[in-house]
Amino acid sequence: MAFAHAGTATASKPGRAGMRIPYLLLLPGLLWLLMFFVLPLINLAETSTKTPIAGGETGSYEQTFRLQNYVDAFSENSAQFSRSFIYALLATLLALAISYPLAYAIAFKSGKYKNILLVLVIAPFFTSFLLRTIAWKQILGEEGPVISILRTFHLIGPDTSITATALAVVTGMTYNFLPFMTLPIYASLERIDPRLMEASGDLYANGLTTFRRVTFPLSMPGVVAGTLLTFIPAAGDYVNAQILGNPTTKMIGNVIDSRFFRIVDYPTAAALSFTLMAAILILITVYIRRAGTDELV
Amino acid sequence: MKPELTPEVRSIVRAQLSRRRFIAGAGAVSGATLLAACGSKDAESGSADATASAPVDEGGTVRWANWPAYLDFDSDKKTYTSLETFKAASGINVVYKEDVNDNDEFYGKVQGQLKLGKDIGYDIVTLTDWMAGRWVRMGYTQAFDEANLPNKKNILPTLANVGFDPGRKSTLTWQSGFAGFGWNKEKIPGGIQSIEQLFDKKNKGRVEVLSEMRDTMGIILQAQGVDPSQPFTEDQFMNAIDFLQQKISDGFIRQVKGNDYLEDMVSGDAVAVIGWSGDIFSLSNENGGKFGFQVPESGGTLWSDNCLIPSTSKNKKNAETVINNYYDPAVAAQVAAFVNYICPVVGAQAEMEKIDPELAKSPFIFPDDATLAKVRVFRTLTVDEETKYSEAFQAAAGN
Repeated sequence: MAFAHAGTATASKPGRAGMRIPYLLLLPGLLWLLMFFVLPLINLAETSTKTPIAGGETGSYEQTFRLQNYVDAFSENSAQFSRSFIYALLATLLALAISYPLAYAIAFKSGKYKNILLVLVIAPFFTSFLLRTIAWKQILGEEGPVISILRTFHLIGPDTSITATALAVVTGMTYNFLPFMTLPIYASLERIDPRLMEASGDLYANGLTTFRRVTFPLSMPGVVAGTLLTFIPAAGDYVNAQILGNPTTKMIGNVIDSRFFRIVDYPTAAALSFTLMAAILILITVYIRRAGTDELV
Repeated sequence: MKPELTPEVRSIVRAQLSRRRFIAGAGAVSGATLLAACGSKDAESGSADATASAPVDEGGTVRWANWPAYLDFDSDKKTYTSLETFKAASGINVVYKEDVNDNDEFYGKVQGQLKLGKDIGYDIVTLTDWMAGRWVRMGYTQAFDEANLPNKKNILPTLANVGFDPGRKSTLTWQSGFAGFGWNKEKIPGGIQSIEQLFDKKNKGRVEVLSEMRDTMGIILQAQGVDPSQPFTEDQFMNAIDFLQQKISDGFIRQVKGNDYLEDMVSGDAVAVIGWSGDIFSLSNENGGKFGFQVPESGGTLWSDNCLIPSTSKNKKNAETVINNYYDPAVAAQVAAFVNYICPVVGAQAEMEKIDPELAKSPFIFPDDATLAKVRVFRTLTVDEETKYSEAFQAAAGN
């Protein structure tokens, strides 16, 4: 007892300088967050309740604390909101379906090719995100090679398009965010002790059961991290919808962009940004609770 | 005391300095969104004080933001012929950028810095009448020094006085043009004269319209028998919006785009468009006469783009010299022969005779009364109308 007490005493009394160190280490990060996250957020919140000055110039607003802005912003754009979440969800599921087998193969079956395969997963990042998306627009465009071949073999009708469709937007997002899904899953799988799987086999579990009961649960942190890293940017994405979509596939990001930059309607844009942030936060909280990975990090 | 620096060290220090300045500049650009939000306080105060302190003229490189396909481009040399001649003759360096894709989009990008009086990165910008008017109203332009603009007298009398800038004190017309129908001649040999033909079943999913509200809506309004130059009602405008909305939800319209609709015409994604006259002519010239343009039977729109010097520019005199150069009839004719837009310069038609007698007769460069009778200038909207209408227009476009 006395020994333990002495232990805690030394831990809790390392001297004033020692106590300050963790805070000092936190300082740069906290300042960064304060400057580039908290302050803009406060500004955004302040902007979101403003209303136009009667008779004022374009883009002149005054603070009237009008919370109705949020209701208006949401009800006017609920279609784009739901579209954003549906597209992001589909893209996340597709990316998961593609990434998991890929990460599994790289982690366990690739042997000496492991590093090459990992480089190949990251390689698209060496080209700009925008350029890659524009390239797909050209490749899959109306006069592009893919459509020409498909039309020649009568696999699609003369009026069927690939780009300017919802499918193109979802696949574009899947493609663009794939590495964000693959890498965390790979990292989780790679860390699994192979002896656990052997032990599962020793206990008469077949391959499928081993995967279901041992490998997959152990890779859950990677799956959760991957889905978050895909879903969050996908829900706010507007590039894919802009380049690969049409006016009926616009997402909430496109609305925020047009409110900010075209209509110069800052309050609505700010209210939309906040609503999007809140919606994502709620979804993520529910998801993490359900996935039960509190020890995620 | 300061120790003596060797020339080498001095040049390194200088390089460091300019790099730091560069980084600061880059930060300003990427922070534009942030500033857009942070600068809202200035908006409340009206920001008319933006002109209060005109920057000191440093007489450096002139950075010019213009629209695509808007200056005589030599595709072999990858240079702008008239601009190269000017640079060699005057010794003034000009960086020409095709950075304006859409008036609203461009304004959205630079307005944060304009409001704060920070350099927007351009010394000449070229904006359409209504947007140029907004800049004049908000004090974002610098008044011309007439001594540097002797050629200003060459402006067409019809353009010499405009409501948004009486006496052309701080804006000068760059080109004027028509919005109408453009089409791919291989896909639509018969051409397009009416809005019904534009939205023909054959073109479904491959029609694009301009994100420039006044042009797209001006044409739809006229197709519905409403004159956009006269005080039309909100109901009439919203009827036209309903028509647009219907064509979008029925899948006729592929995209609502800025000047980058040209790319889609070349790639084949778009076969029929509401587009701009000169664009389609010059695109056609570059692509073996593949594209056609026509002012709609029911009426097109007429607009002008204007050169102006932003309040944040530090190279005013040189910028004025550049603008002055393009008001020389011979230079103006040279540009018009490439861009195929309506030339605002008196005497250019005579000069054009020397370059290409055919073009000197073109009603799209030197319009006759019959052509002008078919087009309307979209009327000036109040700020309230502008916000309401562009909201409706953006909503129809899915944004």
